[in-house]
Amino acid sequence: MPAPESILSFDHVSVLYDGVPVLDDVSFALRAGETCVILGAAGAGKTVLLKTALGLITPEFGRVSLFNQEITGLRERQLFPIRAQVGMLFQESALFDSMTIEENVAYPLVNQVGTTVPESEVLPRVEAILNDVELGHTLDKFPNELSGGMRRRVGIARANVTNPKLVFYDSPTAGLDPITANNIMSLVIKQRDQRNTTTVIVSHRLQDGALMANYRFNSASGKIECQRHTAELDARTKFMVLQKGRIVFEGTEDELHASRDPYVGKFVLEQAQSA
Amino acid sequence: MLAFLKAPVSTLQDFCLLGAKALANLFRAPHYWDDVLTQMDRIGVGSLPIICLTGGFSGAVMALQMAKALDTYGASSQVGQIVSITLVAQLGPVLTSLLVAGRNASGIASELGSMKVTEQIDAMRALGTDPIQKLVTPRLFAMTVMLPFLTVIADFVGMLGGWVVSMGLIGTTSAMYWSGVYDILVFADVMQGLIKPLVNGVVISLVGCYYGMATSGGTQGVGRATTQAVVVSSVWIFVINLFLTQLFVNL
Repeated sequence: MPAPESILSFDHVSVLYDGVPVLDDVSFALRAGETCVILGAAGAGKTVLLKTALGLITPEFGRVSLFNQEITGLRERQLFPIRAQVGMLFQESALFDSMTIEENVAYPLVNQVGTTVPESEVLPRVEAILNDVELGHTLDKFPNELSGGMRRRVGIARANVTNPKLVFYDSPTAGLDPITANNIMSLVIKQRDQRNTTTVIVSHRLQDGALMANYRFNSASGKIECQRHTAELDARTKFMVLQKGRIVFEGTEDELHASRDPYVGKFVLEQAQSA
Repeated sequence: MLAFLKAPVSTLQDFCLLGAKALANLFRAPHYWDDVLTQMDRIGVGSLPIICLTGGFSGAVMALQMAKALDTYGASSQVGQIVSITLVAQLGPVLTSLLVAGRNASGIASELGSMKVTEQIDAMRALGTDPIQKLVTPRLFAMTVMLPFLTVIADFVGMLGGWVVSMGLIGTTSAMYWSGVYDILVFADVMQGLIKPLVNGVVISLVGCYYGMATSGGTQGVGRATTQAVVVSSVWIFVINLFLTQLFVNL
């Protein structure tokens, strides 16, 4: 059986802000169908990593490849067709506040270079995905009329409406209460498993990673179910820990818990205690 | 010394690059005509009341002040000429541009600045849209088209203000006032009065967009960008006025 297609790879990537590295010699690869959970404290470089992967930030050193195509050094317009295959949920959702929820979710279908959707199909697709995130009644509302959790759900809908091959989630549960955070994670898992997308999620919560690794959406029952510790799940979910722009851990969930790295140990222990 | 010069040179370079990209986008698809019309409405129609008010009072005050000075030489009938040439060549373009800079450069900078700090600009790029094409070019086009029209309206309302004062307080006849207004103007004056707002329109919109797109540092950064946009565009209006006046005076 051939190896799955390489979706995203970082090759010795460094990003500097005012001469200070915020990503420092980062290398990893992600294959089709994998889930990558990137953990790290605030300021570890998680968001910068995602933005670099999408070509929103150009690294000073190293190479980034998306779908086997090197994107480092490409012009903005050359990046658009590549970005059309990627969805992204930004940390605070980044919904366009002058547009309604319908216009926000329809935006990539209408504007994205490389996405061709007939005009008659735009509204049905927007309604379908908003129903999927249980926000079918908010089409005419503006983002500031919704709660933080609802905005996050609209962001998930917008990131997935084009059926992208790869989806980035930037701290989807940041600043949310535990119940809303779990609902958001259920939606992330549902979108991943329904569409079979390769998923990268960055978070400071270990629980988010555990949910991504051990839970699957069962389309027959329509529910999220625990499928803890099968060999297949372990192989499909990769954990990475970022510390001050460097990857200090890369491996499975079990390896994460068994890691002897002092920072990883501290991160896992403190999260486990607070859970 | 080099470090001291680096920041302004870098700013100028980024500003010129933004301007070049925004202008180049005028000639390449996609064109966001809905956004252009929205901006024309906000900048043009939205600024109309304040422009008319300022223009009218400026013309009236100028007529009042000039009448007193001209009366010393027995030339109060020349009020129309003074009001006309001053408004069309100098006061109209500068006042209108300053008001639009205060009203719209700040609006543009705060709107784009808020979008920047809430990652909406990044989201736009991630969703396959060039923010310069979608946000800067429509504002540049709308401002450049609407500012000359606003200036013409401000000039005319100013002349009306001068006429009201001339008729009511100075005692000039209507025919004398309007013939003076018309006779004094030559082609170069009218051109000067139209080219100045055209250039100012480019500068005001680009300065507003530049400071908006360069915003960093949260809500405080948005406030700073807004202030900078108004101050810098106002200074440029005076500098441009000086150079263009020198150019047209020598024509």
